[in-house]
Amino acid sequence: MTDFVSESIDSSSLAFEDQSLKSERFREIRKKDWAELEALLNRMDKKGIRSLNAEDVLRLPKLYRAALSALSVARATSLDQSVIAYLESLCTRAYYRLYGTQSGLGKRIWAFLSRDWPQAAQRLWKDTALSALLVFLSTLAAYLMVQSNPEWFYSFVDAGLAGDRTPAASTEALRSTLYDRPDDAGGLGIFASYLFSHNSRVAIFAFALGFAFGIPTIFFMLSTGFMLGGFIGLFASRELGFELGGWLIIHGSTEMLAIILAGGAGLHIGRAIAFPGQLSRTQSAALAGRTSGLLMVGVVIMLLFAGLLEGYARQLITENFLRYGIGLTLLGLWLVYLYLPRRDGTRFNE
Amino acid sequence: MNETLHHNKQINATDRRSLITPEGIDLKIQLADIGARIGAIVIDLIIIHAVLFLGAIIFIFGGITVNFELALSLFIVFSLFMRSFYFLAFEMGAKAATPGKRLMKIRVAARNTAMGQARLSANAIFARNALREIEIFFPLSFFASNSGSVDGMIGLLGLIWSGIFLLFPLFNKDRLRAGDLIAGTWVVRAPKPILGRDLATHNNQSAGLFSFSGEQVEAYGIHELHVLETVLRTNKPATLKEVADRIRHKIVWEKTAEERDKEFLEAYYRALRKRLESRLIMGIRRKNKFDTR
Repeated sequence: MTDFVSESIDSSSLAFEDQSLKSERFREIRKKDWAELEALLNRMDKKGIRSLNAEDVLRLPKLYRAALSALSVARATSLDQSVIAYLESLCTRAYYRLYGTQSGLGKRIWAFLSRDWPQAAQRLWKDTALSALLVFLSTLAAYLMVQSNPEWFYSFVDAGLAGDRTPAASTEALRSTLYDRPDDAGGLGIFASYLFSHNSRVAIFAFALGFAFGIPTIFFMLSTGFMLGGFIGLFASRELGFELGGWLIIHGSTEMLAIILAGGAGLHIGRAIAFPGQLSRTQSAALAGRTSGLLMVGVVIMLLFAGLLEGYARQLITENFLRYGIGLTLLGLWLVYLYLPRRDGTRFNE
Repeated sequence: MNETLHHNKQINATDRRSLITPEGIDLKIQLADIGARIGAIVIDLIIIHAVLFLGAIIFIFGGITVNFELALSLFIVFSLFMRSFYFLAFEMGAKAATPGKRLMKIRVAARNTAMGQARLSANAIFARNALREIEIFFPLSFFASNSGSVDGMIGLLGLIWSGIFLLFPLFNKDRLRAGDLIAGTWVVRAPKPILGRDLATHNNQSAGLFSFSGEQVEAYGIHELHVLETVLRTNKPATLKEVADRIRHKIVWEKTAEERDKEFLEAYYRALRKRLESRLIMGIRRKNKFDTR
């Protein structure tokens, strides 16, 4: 650790050797390098990393190591608190600069799309499968119950969400909700952006609630399934099941997959907190949170897609087979993208 | 002299956390205190809402003339971005701090985890801020939307909910938010380093006036030296006088007519530090005046 940058100790500083303290001389000699490091850091803060020339870039780690070595020397030999406090904050600042996030935004985005996102999804496949199972079972249960007695619909579906689509509506009215093309397509932008902002909040909830041992996430996934099953059950009882399927699947394949993934991410965290294994609970939560957080970034992207599909494509495309075609194709693409094993076996980032 | 001098706030030792660099040196970082955290979030919320308000005026009223619906849909997306991505964008930057945090001189950093010291990653920032949604915005929007017809029970539940999350940082030793806990991050102080003058240097010319015997510089240890340093840096005449009198009494020093308290203290500081440092080099660290090594 003897990484002295100022190699020549000028004779003037040695002149008053007898009177001055060793710690004082140490400080006088090294002070220049610390000031230089500080100036470099200030410049990086103000003008960004590109303001450094090649020489500065080479000098930065040298100065950083010199400051670190000065810190350990000062701790061992100096009783001047101000020097130690100064060096501690200087070194910490340089440490965060040198070991902080460095890769450019473009590279980071590419790494995320090509590697990190699918890998995070694959790592969480068990939790995602559980989340999917919960949604599937609750959908099935609600479907069967509404089929047998339409009154159940009201207990599964929130009145505000259902709007006119209740068992009280006529079959014709129900059909028209599936195919009405708005006269003016201009309003769809508002609708799409509203849906995106609503859905991403829903997904973030499913994820964030995992914090309480995953229990609220389980309830959340179940209630999502009940709502879906309630709708399907109602429309199926009027023999509109196939048509409803088209209405839902065009965006729903993407949206439900995203919500299921978000639920999986929430369950993953809940599991890590409830059963930390050999780690401490906080450590286990932090590890799980990093992978799930990554997956959640992907979920928000999927929901942006789903919002656009729901706002535009569903309202503009009313042909059933086309709706099914688009929905199922997208589902296939998502599954292949996320779960197809990759040849490239590079290690998982963090 | 301890009781009188502790008014000067030093960094609490319990706020120190170890951060070992790859070079093997412990940087002993400091956690941000609760006041700074609250200050930061208040500043950030004010900024967000001021920008949203301005945005509403520009988008909606400006948009009426051109294309109202486009303007409104842009505004909806914009407000979502402001609320969620304000924190994300700033904390993913090199300073890892929102404007509020920068003003309070704090930043986000990766916590020590089971896997060792990790870098602060973008997904950690995402996880930390996703939880903010249920910690702050959920209770807020809940109260806003139900303000007319909150029934007592639900209102109480909402209050308990937000209470748990808001008070969460007070009840763990690292002051973690629920989001920090999940993301593996914490919030630390990031002060701009300031190198104060060396108190020993300043006094070279007057050092000759004072000469202390070996016994006199043996009176105190490192703790007292540090307290004396703080007193000299604070530079309050009343405290200087009180401390100087105590030291004179303790080391049996006759005050001469033209002797000034500050000069006396600086000279004694220098002599004491010289003594303690020379013993430090020999491996003897005399903690305080009761330590008789």
